[in-house]
Amino acid sequence: MAAPIIRIDNIIKRYGHLTVLDGLSMEVLPGEKLALIGPSGSGKTTILRILMTLETISGGHIEVEGDQLYHMPKNGVLVPADDRHLHRMREKIGMVFQHFNLFPHKCVLDNVTLAPMLTKGVAKAVAEKRAMELLDMVGLADKAKNMPAQLSGGQKQRVAIARALALSPKIMLFDEVTSALDPELVEEVLNVMRKLAAETDMTMLLVTHEMGFAHDFADRVLFFDRGKIVEEGKPDEIFRNPRQERTQTFLRKIIAAGHRV
Amino acid sequence: MTDWSGYIGLILQGALVTLELTVMGSVLAVIMAFLAGLGRVSRFMAVRALATTYIEFFRGTSIFVQLFWVYFVLPFAGVTLSPLQAGVLALGLNVGAYGAEVVRGAVKAIGREQREACIALNLTRGQAMRHVILPQALPLMLPTFGNNAIELLKGTAVVSLISLTDMTFQAQVVRSQTGSTLIPFTVILVLYFLMALAISTGMRWLERRVTRGLDGVRT
Repeated sequence: MAAPIIRIDNIIKRYGHLTVLDGLSMEVLPGEKLALIGPSGSGKTTILRILMTLETISGGHIEVEGDQLYHMPKNGVLVPADDRHLHRMREKIGMVFQHFNLFPHKCVLDNVTLAPMLTKGVAKAVAEKRAMELLDMVGLADKAKNMPAQLSGGQKQRVAIARALALSPKIMLFDEVTSALDPELVEEVLNVMRKLAAETDMTMLLVTHEMGFAHDFADRVLFFDRGKIVEEGKPDEIFRNPRQERTQTFLRKIIAAGHRV
Repeated sequence: MTDWSGYIGLILQGALVTLELTVMGSVLAVIMAFLAGLGRVSRFMAVRALATTYIEFFRGTSIFVQLFWVYFVLPFAGVTLSPLQAGVLALGLNVGAYGAEVVRGAVKAIGREQREACIALNLTRGQAMRHVILPQALPLMLPTFGNNAIELLKGTAVVSLISLTDMTFQAQVVRSQTGSTLIPFTVILVLYFLMALAISTGMRWLERRVTRGLDGVRT
């Protein structure tokens, strides 16, 4: 079996007195598609944000491709990572946000080309060619010169996916990427992600409330509650035969709320 | 009957000095506003402290005292400035301190989501500031910058007190020579107003230019 691409070891995350992650450990294999589900405040989004280095951690270690994420070795001991180390590690990881976070002052094409040109020194022409391929992949090549304000939510999110892909990360993090969308726009974003899962061997971590999609998309489902992984397994096991009572309760509530499983 | 044309010419010469002071003072103010405003959000404490000290000091003391200090006290430290230099320095530093808070506020107003997108795209802090934060913060600064520029224009009148021959100084000269207050002060009243009008019109034009494409919508 291949070595894990992500190894999370006893991560603790506190906000003041509130403990969001309480000694969380997990591993992710290269190319694995992981769905993180669970009630709000269970820590599933926090773990994505920690992997993207958007948060600080209160304890524990994370390894990505064998290198420490929040630490670096110095004279034989681990010290907190400096900016340079963080920049090197962030190259491996991309993230798509719930609220898209596109740059409103830049056209669609510039949103996608900005980071490759700045962080990797890719020439403008090369970056634009690649961006057009990616926009074509998400079905938005004809919107390249539009401003984000002129797009629908679903289109914005597809641009955000193309923008993250432009840096060719090995790991992609999707944080409730359809939660802010009108129901009729959800499917167009999910389709792009299905395509991505089928066509690439990227490692993907997905936080979602779309249980049906999580079932089809994921190789493995993790159920989070109160900062811990309560249950994990193949989608069929988790969704058809959840063993833990808390998982059962959660899924019942979700189904009662009208979500398809 | 007084021949006014010569006197009006004198006032117009003063108007040029006022204009010069306003433009040069504004340039210095903008530079100081960005230096101190960005300094206030620096991650280095020493930089933040320096910026805060500058801002609090220049906002907390009067422009009148600052001007006198620059012009009459600095020579004791071996720095002798011309009245124009002293005027530009005092006005620029004073208004720059107000502008710095505008810069800081606008930069802070560009929310967490944009910053996090920059981190996720692996931009450095400098790249994020230059390509993402400042271009969006600039339109937010412009209306208040316009206000500040008009304040600076009106503030130029105090330089007449260090014998700089600006518009107000010349109006007083004309007043003492002709005995008329109405005419010279009405003329400069109109001239100040027209200059302020030019500033606000220019700022509105600039605002329209930098917000093009945003459609007032933020994602």
